[in-house]
Amino acid sequence: MSEVEAVMPSVAPAFDRQAELDRCAARLPPAAVEQIRQARRGPHPESALIEVLHTVQDAQGWLCPEALDAVAQLLQVPTATVTGVATFYHLFRLQPQGRYRLAICLGTACYVKGGDKVSARLQEELGIGIGQTTTDGLFSLEEAHCVGTCALAPVVMVNDRVVGPITPDKIPGLLEDLVQQDRQGGRR
Amino acid sequence: MSTTHDASPPAPTVRITIDGQLLEVEAGKTVLEVAEQVGIRIPRLCYHPDLSLAGACRVCLVELEGTGQFIASCANKVWEGMAVRTNSPEIRQARRDIVELLLDNHPLDCQTCERSGRCELQELAYSLGVRERLFAGARKHFPLDARSVSVVREPDKCILCGRCVRVCAEVQGVNNLGQHGRGFSTLVSPAHGRAMDDSVCIQCGQCVAVCPTAAFLEKSDTDRVWAALADPAKHVVVQVAPAIRATIGEGFGHAPGEDHTHKMVAALRRLGFAAVFDTDFGADLTVVEESLELIRRLEAGGPFPLLTSCSPGWISYLEKFAPELIPLASTCRSPMSMTSVLLKTWYAQSKGLDPRQVFVVAVMPCVAKKFEAARPEHRLPEGDPYTDAVLTTREAIWMLKSYGIDYWNLPLLDFSTLQDDFDSPFGETTGAGAIFGTTGGVLEAALRTAAAKLAGPGEEVPLEFHQVRAVDGLREAEVALGGRTLRVAVANGLRNAARLFDELAAGKVYHLIEVMACPGGCVGGGGQPYPPPGMHVLDPELLRLRAGALYQVDRGKPRRRAHESPGLRRLYDEFLGEPGGSLAHTLLHTSYAPRGPRGIR
Amino acid sequence: MENPVRAAHAALVAAASARRASREAGTTVRIQVGSATCENAAGAEAVLDEFLKHIRATGRTDIRIHRVGCTGRCSREPIVGVLRPGELPVKYEQVDRDRAHRIFTEHLLGGTPCHDLLLDHRPASATTPLPRTAAPLPQLELVFCAAPRCQEGIGPQLRDRCVQLLGEAGIPESRVRVAEASCYGLCAEEEVGRGVHLLIRPAHRVYRITSAAELEEVFRAEVLAGVALPRLAVDERPVGEGFVELYGDVAFFNRQSRVALRNSGVLDPESLDEYLLDGEGFVALAEVLAHQDPEAVIRTLAAAKLRGRGGGGYPTGQKWADARRQPGTPKYILCNADEGDPGAFMDRSMLEGDPFSVIEGMILGGYAIGAARGFFYVRAEYPLAIRRIDGALRAARDAGLLGPDILGSGFSFDLEIRLGAGAFVCGEETALIHSIEGQRGQPRVRPPYPTESGLWSQPTVINNVETFANVPVVLRHGAAWFARLGTPKSGGTKVFALAGKVRHTGLVEVPMGTTLREVVMEIGGGVPGGRALKAIQTGGPAGGCIPAAYLDTPVDFDSLLQLGSIMGSGGMIVLDEDDCLVDIARYFMAFSRDESCGKCTPCREGTTRMLEILERIVAGEARPDDLERLERLAWLVKKSSLCGLGRAAPNPVLSTLKYFRAECEAHVHEKRCPARRCKALLTYTVIPDRCVGCTACARNCPVHCISGRPKQPHVIDPAACIRCGRCVEVCRFDAIARG
Repeated sequence: MSEVEAVMPSVAPAFDRQAELDRCAARLPPAAVEQIRQARRGPHPESALIEVLHTVQDAQGWLCPEALDAVAQLLQVPTATVTGVATFYHLFRLQPQGRYRLAICLGTACYVKGGDKVSARLQEELGIGIGQTTTDGLFSLEEAHCVGTCALAPVVMVNDRVVGPITPDKIPGLLEDLVQQDRQGGRR
Repeated sequence: MSTTHDASPPAPTVRITIDGQLLEVEAGKTVLEVAEQVGIRIPRLCYHPDLSLAGACRVCLVELEGTGQFIASCANKVWEGMAVRTNSPEIRQARRDIVELLLDNHPLDCQTCERSGRCELQELAYSLGVRERLFAGARKHFPLDARSVSVVREPDKCILCGRCVRVCAEVQGVNNLGQHGRGFSTLVSPAHGRAMDDSVCIQCGQCVAVCPTAAFLEKSDTDRVWAALADPAKHVVVQVAPAIRATIGEGFGHAPGEDHTHKMVAALRRLGFAAVFDTDFGADLTVVEESLELIRRLEAGGPFPLLTSCSPGWISYLEKFAPELIPLASTCRSPMSMTSVLLKTWYAQSKGLDPRQVFVVAVMPCVAKKFEAARPEHRLPEGDPYTDAVLTTREAIWMLKSYGIDYWNLPLLDFSTLQDDFDSPFGETTGAGAIFGTTGGVLEAALRTAAAKLAGPGEEVPLEFHQVRAVDGLREAEVALGGRTLRVAVANGLRNAARLFDELAAGKVYHLIEVMACPGGCVGGGGQPYPPPGMHVLDPELLRLRAGALYQVDRGKPRRRAHESPGLRRLYDEFLGEPGGSLAHTLLHTSYAPRGPRGIR
Repeated sequence: MENPVRAAHAALVAAASARRASREAGTTVRIQVGSATCENAAGAEAVLDEFLKHIRATGRTDIRIHRVGCTGRCSREPIVGVLRPGELPVKYEQVDRDRAHRIFTEHLLGGTPCHDLLLDHRPASATTPLPRTAAPLPQLELVFCAAPRCQEGIGPQLRDRCVQLLGEAGIPESRVRVAEASCYGLCAEEEVGRGVHLLIRPAHRVYRITSAAELEEVFRAEVLAGVALPRLAVDERPVGEGFVELYGDVAFFNRQSRVALRNSGVLDPESLDEYLLDGEGFVALAEVLAHQDPEAVIRTLAAAKLRGRGGGGYPTGQKWADARRQPGTPKYILCNADEGDPGAFMDRSMLEGDPFSVIEGMILGGYAIGAARGFFYVRAEYPLAIRRIDGALRAARDAGLLGPDILGSGFSFDLEIRLGAGAFVCGEETALIHSIEGQRGQPRVRPPYPTESGLWSQPTVINNVETFANVPVVLRHGAAWFARLGTPKSGGTKVFALAGKVRHTGLVEVPMGTTLREVVMEIGGGVPGGRALKAIQTGGPAGGCIPAAYLDTPVDFDSLLQLGSIMGSGGMIVLDEDDCLVDIARYFMAFSRDESCGKCTPCREGTTRMLEILERIVAGEARPDDLERLERLAWLVKKSSLCGLGRAAPNPVLSTLKYFRAECEAHVHEKRCPARRCKALLTYTVIPDRCVGCTACARNCPVHCISGRPKQPHVIDPAACIRCGRCVEVCRFDAIARG
């Protein structure tokens, strides 16, 4: 028997990786942790990244840095890759959002039918710009590139609901409805 | 028995036409490679022969004859009957316009830029004839990140060639850099835009080395060195890493691979340093201490493998990416730190100086040494760093030029007086210290000493261990040592190291592993001169030439085993006591701890 | 012995049939309600709820609600159909709760259809409601195939003769209607023009008639006697018969050929049973698996001249053959449902309306190329489509149509959904692959093409939704039939999303080679409000604006490319005289700039610079040589960008420079916007003769730049005016000029 086989490595367990991973898991919604666990069993776990980010955002409303770090650790995808992906895709939100997300469609049909005017009016009424959230945390504004309901142009998406056709004149009413809805605790 | 004339079938060839010239070329090559073979260097920017293909900058376009279509010559392989034009009027205009578009989104500060004269974008703009701005408009603006001690990131100067992202991922396996956002305002940065030192960056500086512009630079310490040199209250000494003598000449137009020890020492002395010392001394010392660790572990039966610890980039990687391996790492400080420690203790004492008067400058091939020097573990009890300033090879070259030192015509003093050799006692070094500057050198140096220590009486002691020499990123060998067989491995480029660690995790046994963060070891360090024309960063040929200079230094030394150094003998006798003893342990050894953020390997 | 695969399929159909029989026992009326994103946005869910309430309240158990996908008649949604066996279906438009109540009480309970609410029985321009009383609905309908390629033949004469016969018999149109539908796809090549196919509704019979004598025979039997004439009847059914059956009387629809959309708006997209029973579901798959000849699938697609509907127009058979030839395994099949073109919604509608067809097409693709796994890459912006696909995949898996050993054939295949996250560039195939792999959706250099090295570097076929939706039909009805529908170079139909300044917005499916005029003017009903058509934008940000002068161009891949536009995935935006083409070019350039992935220099930097120039032009700040600069950049980006998106991004600019140069020059040199759209180039002035001094403009001006005493002509201060146009809107005397 040679020396090589005779000496076995003895690595002191100084560093507890599992504890670190457990802390990461605690920062994510359970559905995302489960999704990652499933993905890690398959051949291309990193390919689940975008799905996982969707799950985290659906649960938490946005992608906070701690969540992105946790996804990176659990999925074993470099953090810069995770943030690179999260910042590449427009649907991922890296800032906390208002309870009502208003996405003004600026697809071609909406644009030629005055979507830009709708956008201007919303910004005026809410006193915020695109990509911003009102100080009461109720509304945030974004612009979308075509939500595929061109025949109703111009449209605005309120969270996941399409509202259209909408003209600048209808905007105060829409906002008032949403304020009322929020007071009543509804979130549709 | 097979015959030796097994002439493999000739590589298949294709016939192509480049600029009207009919050529028969090897199939499977790209247009860019083939053009290069016939003496046409097609302009390029994102292309790097040792990194993955990007095809992104579009500077290397050529025109397909017949269709008029433009194709990227870096990305398209030649095919039978292909006909391309590399310089049609349309191609020349397109290339010029593309480079102008890059310039239009780039600061207008070439005159004051660190890379002026060595900038690939500037060279292209000139050679392609961008003489006016047709399309200039708004520019992107991102904050300068100079928060870290080693690497400065200036995203406004980034042209998004992606070389840094690729080197960080593909060579180092660090993946600290990523593209963020998209389009016109794409930003290369660590996750969350963190400062480099607060990211998983290991400060290796390879991003600096591959960057065609000044989007990544080392944090400059030249001002502090000028100030110290001008301060009469300071006793300013310099130590020079093993790899510098093999590369410093390149900064002045000398061919790679020349040993410039004497010229280098003479030049540095003219800069005004009170003494010029050789980090090889610290390297020899490291060998003695580290081989002692190896022998002790062999006697104790582990733990194995012993991981070398002289590369600070690797140490950062260990702490951020592989903390479970910390107990395996040698506790030896790096040669630079050992030298600095002794300069502020033994040397200061012997000169009758207050350690705080001594200002230690280290010329290093390395960007990460700046980080190492700033670490709390490498400070005097009162908080001053052992190493006051680290200069990269590039910074040292710049200082010499800035001073006006006529390097080419520098008169060498009489060799016999040692006036153009290193100052004593840190000038008396062995060949073992010299080869620290190349991949495999630390391992070989340790083996030389260990072999001598473990050899039985009358046994022949091997000196050169050719089985661990080469510039490949990953090598392993078995060496017979004093009746034992040791399995050893060498990794340079941390992606290669990570592969070794995977093997370790899978149960493979090694006794000694040398890890150097940079490809080729310190000769390919992130602080080394930008390569001469016709060569590129990571170029194996360049690394081989530079390593060759170090082996030449080694062969020229009267003593080639570290423990045979008379300087070291004096050190232990006069100051440290026993190798591995308690003072040696306090001064020459250090410790590591897991460090965040956790890297993913 | 019967082939086991066919037997397995037959068993599925039989089980579905039994389930339906038990479920629908006692049903006498079906209320059909559309349910797609746009229908829901228009209020379909409230309508559904209203009907359910009424059914519960009346305790009627014979009325069933039937949810279907979207018909594509977007501007009239929500659409509700009332179907009684043996009667022509009655469709209502723009139904809301009140109308639902009327339909239920007057039509379902009272037996009298609500004439004023009928779909498309009211001109779009009409603003006043129709009177409640109207002529009774026809009981019989004779629908002639009116394929464009048969117009030179005998068909039109026979149709005219039929109208004549009705007149001679004294039958009013309110009782028997003669209508036309687009190509049924029933004629063999040699028969073209020599006869016509006639569909009798609601009897559901098809005749092939080659002479006036035969027509009279059929007329006597069907119209006068109410009986069939088996001698002239044919067994083949028109393609999209279900659709013709439901909507054949509607002008918007009867010029269309519903192949890819054959089931949209007809079947319940959430019911596998309906797809099996009424959509010829999985017949093509069962046949193909029974024959065990994957090569035959590829040969059929090639012979059918099916070309990729995503925009490139690459022959599908060729693509599949390329992938099949590759030695590497595993292979993958991907469905590109990342419909990102602004103004395009064909894919969404198909996925929401008929997910099973797309799934069947993908399974067939998997079988043909030798893949065992495939992915839907769907925009996350389409939550309903995602839900429908997910449900359809589960149903198919439960039925053994996905998963191991499909229909007992030994072939195993499964599909997964992957979501996009808002990146237009992911429609590019290599970017899409990167996105599925979990990376930034940036394209890479091709070759190698995905058929050689795609997902995870394995051979991969990527086709878009519409292409896959066509595959089962092609295999079911044969290559020759499909090829005949189109042009010599591309077979079949193309779905367009018609939007913008057009009367009837919605989805339009027409044979390849149909002219723009037919699509926009005839099916779309032209530009509303008496405005002039200016241009048609096709292909989204990768396409161009085709001026009105080219209305007679046939729509296919090659002819649009020649005009400097592209067919793209099928977005078609109609622009009228109020639209400024420079502004439209600016709009698309802003889009391309926002969506540029940033990888290659020309696209990343060039789109920004082009946008800057266009912004200068519309802001009246253009430099004299800006058009030359713009053109130089446009060509640079077109010729040197890395991927197809970058190379196509300059198309809107180049086509505008080509066809609307004068308009561009007016902006640059005269600082004038002929369409009066570019704000910065407008001036507002009060026409003193018309102004009565009502003060409305002054009161409404947000910057108070209008002054004047009451009852005196007012004046606008041009320096302070922000050109918002509010004064024009509020002036009731047309006293403010914009120029």
